Amino acid sequence: MTDKALTLKRKFAETRFKIYGLASLFLAMVMLVVIISSMTYRSIPAFTNYGINLEIKLANEFIDKDDLDYRGIIRETIFSLDSECDDRKCRRSFSKLFSSGAAYDLRDALEEDESLYEKNFNFYILFSDDADLFYKFGIDKNLPENERRLNDQEILWLEGFQEKGLVEKKFSSNLFTNGDSREPEIAGVLGAVIGSMYTILITLIISFPIGVLAAIYLESFASKNRITDFIEVNINNLAAVPSIVFGLLGLALFINFFGMPRSAPLVGGCVLSLMTLPVIIIATRASLQSVPPSIREAALAMGASEMQVVFQHILPAALPGILTGTIIGLARAFGESAPLLLIGMVAFVVDIPQSVMDPATALPVQVYIWADSPERAFVAKTSAATLVLIFLLIIINLAAVILRKKYELKW
Amino acid sequence: MVTEMDQNINIDDVDTKMEKKSLIHCTDVNVFYDDKQALFNVDLNINEKEVTSLIGPSGCGKSTFIRCLNRMNDVIETCSFNGSIIINGQDIYDPEIDVVELRAKIGMVFQKPNPFPKSVFDNVAYGPKLHGRFLNKSDMNNKVEDSLIKAGLWDEIKDRLNEPGTALSGGQQQRLCIARAIAVDPEIILMDEPCSALDPIATARIEELIDELKVNYTIVIVTHSMQQAARVSQRTAFFHLGNLIEVGDTGKIFRSPDNEQTEAYVTGRYG
Repeated sequence: MTDKALTLKRKFAETRFKIYGLASLFLAMVMLVVIISSMTYRSIPAFTNYGINLEIKLANEFIDKDDLDYRGIIRETIFSLDSECDDRKCRRSFSKLFSSGAAYDLRDALEEDESLYEKNFNFYILFSDDADLFYKFGIDKNLPENERRLNDQEILWLEGFQEKGLVEKKFSSNLFTNGDSREPEIAGVLGAVIGSMYTILITLIISFPIGVLAAIYLESFASKNRITDFIEVNINNLAAVPSIVFGLLGLALFINFFGMPRSAPLVGGCVLSLMTLPVIIIATRASLQSVPPSIREAALAMGASEMQVVFQHILPAALPGILTGTIIGLARAFGESAPLLLIGMVAFVVDIPQSVMDPATALPVQVYIWADSPERAFVAKTSAATLVLIFLLIIINLAAVILRKKYELKW
Repeated sequence: MVTEMDQNINIDDVDTKMEKKSLIHCTDVNVFYDDKQALFNVDLNINEKEVTSLIGPSGCGKSTFIRCLNRMNDVIETCSFNGSIIINGQDIYDPEIDVVELRAKIGMVFQKPNPFPKSVFDNVAYGPKLHGRFLNKSDMNNKVEDSLIKAGLWDEIKDRLNEPGTALSGGQQQRLCIARAIAVDPEIILMDEPCSALDPIATARIEELIDELKVNYTIVIVTHSMQQAARVSQRTAFFHLGNLIEVGDTGKIFRSPDNEQTEAYVTGRYG
């Protein structure tokens, strides 16, 4: 082959390789966009809710603030919409159209503004999930009545509200301010987000110092012998152990043996620490190794002891890598659900956890719970919760990038 | 111990026939990396306040030898030492010796400039701070200035003290490393091929500096450049395959060495 042909061949190979690279990058981007956009599209209905503005008449009523029947007030108000509906069956069917959370909303509104106790005022009452879905997607009236979520009478009512112009669509803040609920229209991710935060906080507190110190010891102080080799192999193996195994271990050790509370972020954090530790140790060792040995020699020759060398020179230089590794480990733990299922963080928890000892659930587990729920409105909620999860993960990874830039040293 | 020292001084007197007092006495130095022996029974005395250069082909053990003098070989796990090196009447391989104190008295400059990734000021102030000296701020400023002046760097970078040391040019970085080493007032400065990564101008600058420094410090320098050894050193030791072949006045080694191997090396016939 001539020189020219060889050159051409080499250039062709380079171009081909570039095209492969670009193609795979493009493919990855397309997949990402598809996932995010389909997720966003499905979640749109979850961010809004239909409701109805009705006048609540409290003026001229005797009110005992400590023992107020909020549910009763709401009922009275909604039945004023259709005075003909007075038998039990009809009333039950009618009140099914409105969210059972309306009574709590009313209580909150009254507690916030005490002057409302003495007047008539307009109040926004949420529809229940079935009514809400009717306004969002309509309903197939050709289906036999008993196979529908709404019967003919209920559809008539809903259409009537719409004709009277009473129906109003609002941004659903419940999604971000409430804990879980059996009613999709009032279920929110806040409880799960707080639970996840507590869990990750515990994970960070336990695994960061232990992981970094273990790595420093193994890397800089431990003598190289069979025992340290054995430890190293085992750490690498632990990093590859399926996460559910850590869940089983946590169940056996923390809950059954140490008697820690079930479903608590404390236990979740401990279990996830076990999972994150090997990742942090491996990342820390790698970044300690990547510090140029000339720095170590320089400091040693200046008369620094081994410990001073590590803490004054090697650790600061390795810090960006250590932080990145830790945050990536934590992000993995943040998105983990399997081990949390085993230690009971899959429970249905309505209250927002106030401490690491309170029962809680985590965001990925919340996604699992909602995906498993039969109510159709939870489909959109599931996507919305997934979006929140992805958003939080992006923030965590962004923090990794920023920290890395901040502590990066110039050589 | 005393008899051994006396012996050394006697050998030294016979060896160099000079009034210069010798500061470092190395007797029977053997160094092994695992099973491989890198130095064989090296006996060498190094005189106070002059420059001793160690020359020899690559892998001859001269770097290994210079690193024995401040026990930098201790950090290499596979490396083992036997023999004795006595500095100021103290065996530095005595188990009671604290390596940290030893290294405070012996500065070292490496082949590749290796300033810390900190400011120029912090680089120089590092040693004094580490050893708890000049805790007062103005004293520290004076010390840093003084060290940088001695290293011939002050005029060039007095306005850049807060810039990272790694942002300087190669030659400046190497002089910064010298300033860092002399900031702790060592008696001895070890230089392991300090100019091999520098251009001729920066090299000339460092050589001038070495010449100025030898008034106050005992300097041991490893070099691959015979010209450099001839220019800067008063005494030269030739190593080959882990053996000290010949040591003597630089003039004599380069003009009329006793040993054939030395002659072959300095005249460029091998190595």
